[in-house]
Amino acid sequence: MIAIIDYGAGNIKSLQFALDKLNKRSIVTTDVAEIKQADSIILPGVGAFKDAMEAIRQLHLDTVLQEEAQKGKPILGICLGMQLFYEQSLENGDWEGLGLLKGSITRISSEVKVPHMGWNTLDIQQASPLFESKLENPYVYFVHSYAVSSYEESTLLASSQYGQLIPAIVQKGNITGMQFHPEKSGEFGIELLKRYEEMIV
Amino acid sequence: MLAKRIIPCLDVDNGRVVKGKKFQNIQDVADPVELAKRYNNEGADELVFYDITASNEQRGIFLDVVEKVAKEIAIPFMVGGGIRTTKDIHQVLRSGADKVSINSAAVQRPDLIFESAQKFGSQCTVLSIDAKEVASGKWNVFINGGRKDTGMDAIEWAKKGEAYGVGEIVVNAMDADGEKNGYNLPLTTAIATAVNIPVIASGGAGNIEHFSEVLSQGIDAALAASVFHYGEIKIPALKTSLNEQEIPVRRNTK
Repeated sequence: MIAIIDYGAGNIKSLQFALDKLNKRSIVTTDVAEIKQADSIILPGVGAFKDAMEAIRQLHLDTVLQEEAQKGKPILGICLGMQLFYEQSLENGDWEGLGLLKGSITRISSEVKVPHMGWNTLDIQQASPLFESKLENPYVYFVHSYAVSSYEESTLLASSQYGQLIPAIVQKGNITGMQFHPEKSGEFGIELLKRYEEMIV
Repeated sequence: MLAKRIIPCLDVDNGRVVKGKKFQNIQDVADPVELAKRYNNEGADELVFYDITASNEQRGIFLDVVEKVAKEIAIPFMVGGGIRTTKDIHQVLRSGADKVSINSAAVQRPDLIFESAQKFGSQCTVLSIDAKEVASGKWNVFINGGRKDTGMDAIEWAKKGEAYGVGEIVVNAMDADGEKNGYNLPLTTAIATAVNIPVIASGGAGNIEHFSEVLSQGIDAALAASVFHYGEIKIPALKTSLNEQEIPVRRNTK
């Protein structure tokens, strides 16, 4: 069972539908017991960093996520969900994140249109069970105005280029982040979710 | 490289896709879920659903359609039409839409787009502008399905929308809509130059050249309805052609 954490706004249904297609059972929840019982956790997210962190803290899910991460439970963060894994975000202020990954979030360079919205290619940085070995730059769907700007090099699996290098897939042990929306990235995105699910079993 | 987007638009009335010309003479076209699946499989980059009905009862049918479509496709989709409150926005997002396009209600109460951007994020808050030329090189914003001139300048309104936090702008050129003579380039490029957020051209697509014209001029995406619905332009052929013209488009969809 996958626990999809629902801390407020956004389209969670598409993610559920994608998991349904893969025959993966999921529940949308904020219940601590359900999250603890789940085999893996997905932290989705759209909206503002500060609001999301506040909602997570109010539900006492910050400590739950940190504990489950510590125990080695696979946790996937998508879009803002990935950004919440980091220590710090400078989105309209200076906010503390979950600290599951080292690094911080800053606004995308204003030399390009912000938000970074649409289909962009992935550059694979490291071999991973998530990708076919001969994969040519697939397109995935991004929508974000802020991006991970400092991170541990070893965690970067794939990136994209948009005015700067955009970390697109990061992984450290049981923690995986995807800046784009796999559930909205056509067949490739669904395949990526499938490979991720196989990887964590 | 960021790809230019091709976006089929589905006007939905009472649970069916319809097509009108210049916002009139509505004709029944297809089942929205089937059409959405087809476009998803053909390589559309995004879909737009406009709810052109007004009554509450039909709104329920529409939300049901949104959910059914979300279940069948793996590309983003935007919903517009009759969005008046943050509750409306919340409802369509929870039904499985990724973005909400706001038109008349934003003109009547600009705070709505500000509130939406704050609460749900800029990435899902889209300002849709119906614009019509009122003097040479001067376009005004129209509301209520294009029936009422607000007297507001379209370019100024786009800039204000950006300042209020919208993440994207759809420019519906009313003069061009349904004519198949090409997008309104002066209007659309004027808006794209004035803002630093993505701009979607809408209205007037009749052939493949119309797409390459608009997408080679700093416009991020092109929206069309009937040319796709009636199969006059097939998305794979369109993308092959754009690719040959070195306009970046998503082709390897697998």
